Amino acid sequence: MENEKHHIVPYATHIMVLLGLIVLTVITVLITSVELGAYNTTAALIIASLKGAIVLLYFMHLKFDHKIYWIMVSLVIAIFAAVIVVTFFDYLYR
Amino acid sequence: MTDFNHTNREPNFLEYKGKYKGILGWITSTDHKRIGLLYFYSMMFFFLAGVVMGLLMKYELISPGEQIMGAQTYNGLFTLHGLTMIFLFVIPGVAAVFGNFFLPILIGAKDVSFPRLNLMSWYLYIIGAIIVLISQFIGDGPPDTGWTFYAPYSLKTNTNVVAAVTGAFILGFSSILTGLNFIVTMHRLRAPGMGWLRMPLFGWALYGTGWIQLLATPVVGITFLMVIAERLLGIGFFDPAIGGDPILYQHLFWIYSHPAVYIMILPAMGAITEIIPTFARKTIFGYTAIVISSMAIAFVGYFVWGHHMFTSGMSSTSRWVFSLLTFLVAIPSAIKVFNWTATLYKSSINLQTPFYWAIAFVFVFMIGGFSGLVLGSLATDIHVHDTAFVVAHFHYIVFGGTGFAFFGALHYWFPKMFARVYNFKVANTGLIIFFIGFNMLYFPMFYLGLLGMPRRYYDYLPMFHSANILSTVGSWIMATGLLIIIINLIRARKGSGKEVDDPWDGKTLEWTIPSPPIVENFEEIPEVKHGPYEY
Repeated sequence: MENEKHHIVPYATHIMVLLGLIVLTVITVLITSVELGAYNTTAALIIASLKGAIVLLYFMHLKFDHKIYWIMVSLVIAIFAAVIVVTFFDYLYR
Repeated sequence: MTDFNHTNREPNFLEYKGKYKGILGWITSTDHKRIGLLYFYSMMFFFLAGVVMGLLMKYELISPGEQIMGAQTYNGLFTLHGLTMIFLFVIPGVAAVFGNFFLPILIGAKDVSFPRLNLMSWYLYIIGAIIVLISQFIGDGPPDTGWTFYAPYSLKTNTNVVAAVTGAFILGFSSILTGLNFIVTMHRLRAPGMGWLRMPLFGWALYGTGWIQLLATPVVGITFLMVIAERLLGIGFFDPAIGGDPILYQHLFWIYSHPAVYIMILPAMGAITEIIPTFARKTIFGYTAIVISSMAIAFVGYFVWGHHMFTSGMSSTSRWVFSLLTFLVAIPSAIKVFNWTATLYKSSINLQTPFYWAIAFVFVFMIGGFSGLVLGSLATDIHVHDTAFVVAHFHYIVFGGTGFAFFGALHYWFPKMFARVYNFKVANTGLIIFFIGFNMLYFPMFYLGLLGMPRRYYDYLPMFHSANILSTVGSWIMATGLLIIIINLIRARKGSGKEVDDPWDGKTLEWTIPSPPIVENFEEIPEVKHGPYEY
């Protein structure tokens, strides 16, 4: 563990991430005024996923971490996505 | 049996004098064994409180009409009984008590990865429990929604729902942190030589459970926050009157609460898997198959929640998909039962109390499992939905599963925890009475449900009378058995039994160290050279 290289993310990247999150938050609000019908939820989920991915990759350092964490997080996201798909399956056919 | 050796012993975790003495020494200790026992004593308190509530409800149902309580009191009581038993006993259950106590020892570690977080989990558990209990006595009266808090009723009732769901929300955090702790512990702290496929199967069960705790619990936490937000701010997530969808609540609730059944049952199965080879004096049959089945139960268990909602108005396509998935999850459970019985085949069985509990577990769990097929099948579920049949099935699985495994594990590991054996004859007598009472209490409910007796009513038609009498008398017999079992263990704990290190001649790592274990479990971290069940 002691020999592992620690990646230091430059401030500029953090600021870019912050700006990205703010822009996506503004889009989250703006998109509610656009009538997308059944795709309203899909749009909200896509934006939320993008925000989550940025936080995971940069703020939580996943981008610079060991592969095992990538695998674990990917599996978790896959399960979560499957749960959402199965839930919306009901809405699609109701 | 390995007799107790008094010489050259380091102070054990019970005798250890830390910075503080007495109760302060316990509630500030980060020793995983002490935290396990803190969970144990607090959970036993809540369990016994839940039993008393159950007995009162059964007494109310001994005859048609009002006996000792009216409708509203009965509604409050079954809600509190459900909350107490589900959130304060069976969900933390085997994992919080025996997982905390034994997981580090079973994998050859000195403690869990995050001991302070572990203590914090217990504090969150106690804080959540206190809030749930307080919710019964403040505001506009105890919640009357049942432990499921179904919308839109939970949004409309004037009873104290907000406090109760806040308590459940905090309890969820306790569960998440425990799961996280166990997962990291197994990844990072296994003893040298203990590859994943040399880990005891109780560890594998806790690993699967940990992932469910980590991934499913946040869903219900957010759902409870949505209920609070809707009650306080009128947002309209679930109330159809303001544009919400009540079926969405059921989806979100069961996305957690069905996997929660596996949070309860997986560690229970893990404990049974430790008991059976020890008393069969034989290597477990199909180690890898049991590992895969544990993980398969954890995985498939995520996708079967909709079988709680067949009559909710969900789409018919979703219904058959969930029905299919429900039948699939029966396969890994059946693999475990097959492996347990295959282990017993041509073995040299040592008939002792923990083994009797394990066999009783398999028996009642199978009744629960088979009755689950009736509920997993679309057509039959519609007939028995929301009847006493569901109550019977649920108690056979959750009480028959987790409860029996909990007491089985307690009788198995009690000598390791306290270096004392209990009176075997009394323990066996208690089990027999408990077993008879259990079946007499719950089996008639299958019959009542098939006849159409609805659940969650304090009154019923005279046609259901005789089976209800049987069930109520069964509750008294079961309580008598329980009392015998508990008194026997208390007497042993107080020192009536013989001092021993290992009464069962077990092979897993906990049986290689003195009883009770020393503070850091091992004087020297062991090197593991073979699988856990080498007989």
